[in-house]
Amino acid sequence: MSAVTAPRSEKKPRPGGTLYRGYTGMWSWVLHRITGVAIFFFLLVHILDTALVRVSPEAYNAIMSSYKTPLMGLGEIALVGAIVFHALNGLRIILVDFWSKGVKYQRAMFWVVLGLWVVLMAGFLPRQIINIVLEVNGQ
Amino acid sequence: MSTVETPRSPYARTKPSGTNWEKWGWMYMRASGVVLVVLIFGHLFVNMVAGEGVRGIDFAFVAGKWASPFWQVWDLLMLWLALIHGANGMRTIINDYSSSPALGKVLRFAVFASAAVLIVLGTLVIFTFDPCPSVSPEQFDLLPSFCPPQ
Ligand code: HEM
Ligand code: HEM
Repeated sequence: MSAVTAPRSEKKPRPGGTLYRGYTGMWSWVLHRITGVAIFFFLLVHILDTALVRVSPEAYNAIMSSYKTPLMGLGEIALVGAIVFHALNGLRIILVDFWSKGVKYQRAMFWVVLGLWVVLMAGFLPRQIINIVLEVNGQ
Repeated sequence: MSTVETPRSPYARTKPSGTNWEKWGWMYMRASGVVLVVLIFGHLFVNMVAGEGVRGIDFAFVAGKWASPFWQVWDLLMLWLALIHGANGMRTIINDYSSSPALGKVLRFAVFASAAVLIVLGTLVIFTFDPCPSVSPEQFDLLPSFCPPQ
């Protein structure tokens, strides 16, 4: 029989910290919710703009050129950041639910999510920043 | 006054009947999530990182992709899985926050109606897409290079 050990406490223990209340468990949930809603609304617009390929090549290229402005370039960084977080944290939720050690390592997995997020964003940002700079210079 | 027939009998949960939709919704969120990671990361890599990134996207780029059944199926799966996943997630959030049952009903209807309309639209766009439509001469250079001269 395994004895129930006291949960590892945070640096400053306060009452109420459980998987979903307070600390990383709660903040990952809040972020997962906000990013999920944001992606949903983006997707509604995104399918409408893609549908312009059925109107005319000119119409589609016109909407796409608005996606290439510096301001939209920054917006795309936010969008990609949101979807990468939602995807990685979604995998963490799935592991918490199905992996026998998921609950034990949920907090460690949250830091892994943030680490992978930094790595993936570092892979995306150079291309995107070069594009924004080229647009700002009108090239 | 009503008499209680067997006052000491424990509370008996009525046996759930029919399909447990809430459970299957929960399963769907996880199953679709695993597939969507691959589909969306692939989509973002090909469109936003490879080649010129977002500056490389125009009609000819889309035509080049959708000339192949591979990307047609890819986008079709992404369309259906993501919209149903997103709409079901929005339903959860509406259930958590809407202050009245009537408001919840209206919001849930709006979410699922817009998802359904966009699934139909997106599916039609993929299957009716013509990479080489007949266009006016000044639009001809917007077409992909593999289109025959008009
Ligand atoms: C800013 C980032 C994005 C850009 C530049 C972009 C670009 C495109 C382009 C050019 C297409 C046309 C077909 C193709 O290339 O395969 C497309 C289609 C599509 N994209 Fe994206 N995309 C982005 C983000 C996303 C995200 C985050 C999702 C999912 C949530 C998504 C879902 C889709 C779907 C479902 C289609 C097919 C639409 C249809 O059937 O009409 N895209 N996207
Ligand atoms: C990239 C792959 C994705 C993964 C791995 C993923 C995973 C998940 C998981 C596991 C949940 C939790 C469900 C629950 O708690 O029962 C969830 C919720 C949600 N997802 Fe996703 N998802 C992905 C993409 C998307 C996309 C493209 C959208 C929008 C169209 C979206 C919108 C939502 C929403 C709105 C929720 C509800 C959030 C909540 O209840 O707090 N997700 N996702």
